[in-house]
Amino acid sequence: MAKINFSVWIIILWLLISIASLWLPLNTQQVHLDSILKTPDMSNWLGYDDLGRPVMDRLIAGSFTSCIVAITVILLSVTIGTIIGTVSGYLGGMVDQVIVRIIDIFLAFPGILLAIALAGIMGPGIDNVVIALSVVGWVGFARLARAQTLSVKHREHVIAAEVMGTAKRKIIFRHLIPLITTPLLVEATFGIASVVIAEAGLSFLGLGVQAPDASWGSMIRDGTRYMLVAPHLVLVPGLALMTVVLAVNLAGDRLRDRLDVRNQISTRVV
Amino acid sequence: MIKLVVSKLLSTALVVFGVACLVFLLIHLVPGDPIDMMLGENAQMADRQALREALGLDQSLGQQFITYFSNLLQGDLGTSLHSRVPVVELIAERLPATVELAIISLLVSSLIAFPLGIMAALNKGQAWDKSAMAVSMLGVSIPNFLLGPLLILLFSIYFGWLPVSGRDGFASIILPAITLGTSLAAVMSRMIRSTLLEVLQEDFIRTARAKGSSHLQVIVRHALPNAMLPIITLLGLQLGVLLGGAVITETVFSWPGIGKLTIDSIMKRDYPVVQGCVLLISLTYVVVNMLTDLLYAWIDPRIRQGNN
Repeated sequence: MAKINFSVWIIILWLLISIASLWLPLNTQQVHLDSILKTPDMSNWLGYDDLGRPVMDRLIAGSFTSCIVAITVILLSVTIGTIIGTVSGYLGGMVDQVIVRIIDIFLAFPGILLAIALAGIMGPGIDNVVIALSVVGWVGFARLARAQTLSVKHREHVIAAEVMGTAKRKIIFRHLIPLITTPLLVEATFGIASVVIAEAGLSFLGLGVQAPDASWGSMIRDGTRYMLVAPHLVLVPGLALMTVVLAVNLAGDRLRDRLDVRNQISTRVV
Repeated sequence: MIKLVVSKLLSTALVVFGVACLVFLLIHLVPGDPIDMMLGENAQMADRQALREALGLDQSLGQQFITYFSNLLQGDLGTSLHSRVPVVELIAERLPATVELAIISLLVSSLIAFPLGIMAALNKGQAWDKSAMAVSMLGVSIPNFLLGPLLILLFSIYFGWLPVSGRDGFASIILPAITLGTSLAAVMSRMIRSTLLEVLQEDFIRTARAKGSSHLQVIVRHALPNAMLPIITLLGLQLGVLLGGAVITETVFSWPGIGKLTIDSIMKRDYPVVQGCVLLISLTYVVVNMLTDLLYAWIDPRIRQGNN
């Protein structure tokens, strides 16, 4: 067992801070008029924002926002995507045809555009962000789960189960999904990184978390107005966001190498 | 080849129809009354009725669907609720700015990604490879809405070399194009590296080496042309990242393109314009991907001749 990687420590720290934020006595909304736009000093490590609110407290609250959105969206997307993809791949025929078309249609919306449109039309708010990102997120998992199912559905144990008359539902949940979890796990890790960016992006556009609640994205947006006098308002949440995303991406890379996903996929397909 | 083109056209047409349906349903998918969403629940009854009629929401869903599609086929995307200008005109006015930004960004990202990816593949496992991939990982992890303000902070505010925002002369496109280009370059360089690594393991590379071709010749004559095929497809797919990223980048730099129009319209709750923009951006993406697929088939003699 290798020692725990630096990037994993950062992710653990992110999770711990996010969980701890529920109990920490944070003053995210307390206005200190005498400290407006104050840059960091010894007594206040991260300074104050344009309304005189402590940046440190808002950073921690923002950590919770990104964490809860990422976990909810990924759980929803992985569950929905895996079930739809596996069912589609296993059943084949018309069901598969229709689902593949639906996946194609969703994939036709470039990047974050559909999420922006959905969040924009549903109106701002954290729950709508979760819905918008999940509506976009399941597609990737469905496509991967379907491709993986196609490559394992003709294995002997599946055929044996079919011959014994096992119910289709049981075959899918007991014999197919356990076999395809590894690539889905790697995909889900990278998914966390993109959801963190997407949530911050939507909040940056004003479509996510609403004031006075804090999100790293909305902190960056508010900060850009005062960049000349108080660059720390952009730099602090920006660095936090970048560090978490980088750590998750690096962890995903390592996970992929360790689980040897690519090799597995290529041998299965051949 | 003809069979391939026809089947590709048909499946693209199906996706285009699906995308148009989804965009049409966008306001209906939302729980609750879209009118409440737009006007708030305290609006006057008469205002609500007027808006309902302006959007055609007083008709049945089927009727709305038919109206929407027959208008769409005539190139009519509706009228802006805010400025009363046809959506098509609004989009046409903003289109050149986005096309310009997309092309320059693609150029910037190719200029970064190709040298970086090739260098990394040729020095696999060595310091060059590791630092190139570290740079690209960093690029993947910096979102546009952070890189943009950072570049503004450095080049516009600190050094004062480039304009902060807007579209006024060549200098104003540099920062938006770099912002959009680097995120693309980060992903592209990784793909170029892995594609090239795969090609370098092929038998024909070994043969070329065995018959005494120089290192440079192997790369330029044998490896790169074969690696280009998958890279073309990847470029098509990356256009999605480019178009999606343009929405945020244009907002950061107040670049007057389709992306900024989309966000501005969302803020004004001008839904016909939002629908028009989303439809146009997605259709561009779908059509470009169809063209890259066809280009791929046309370039690759195995596919081009295999279907005849």
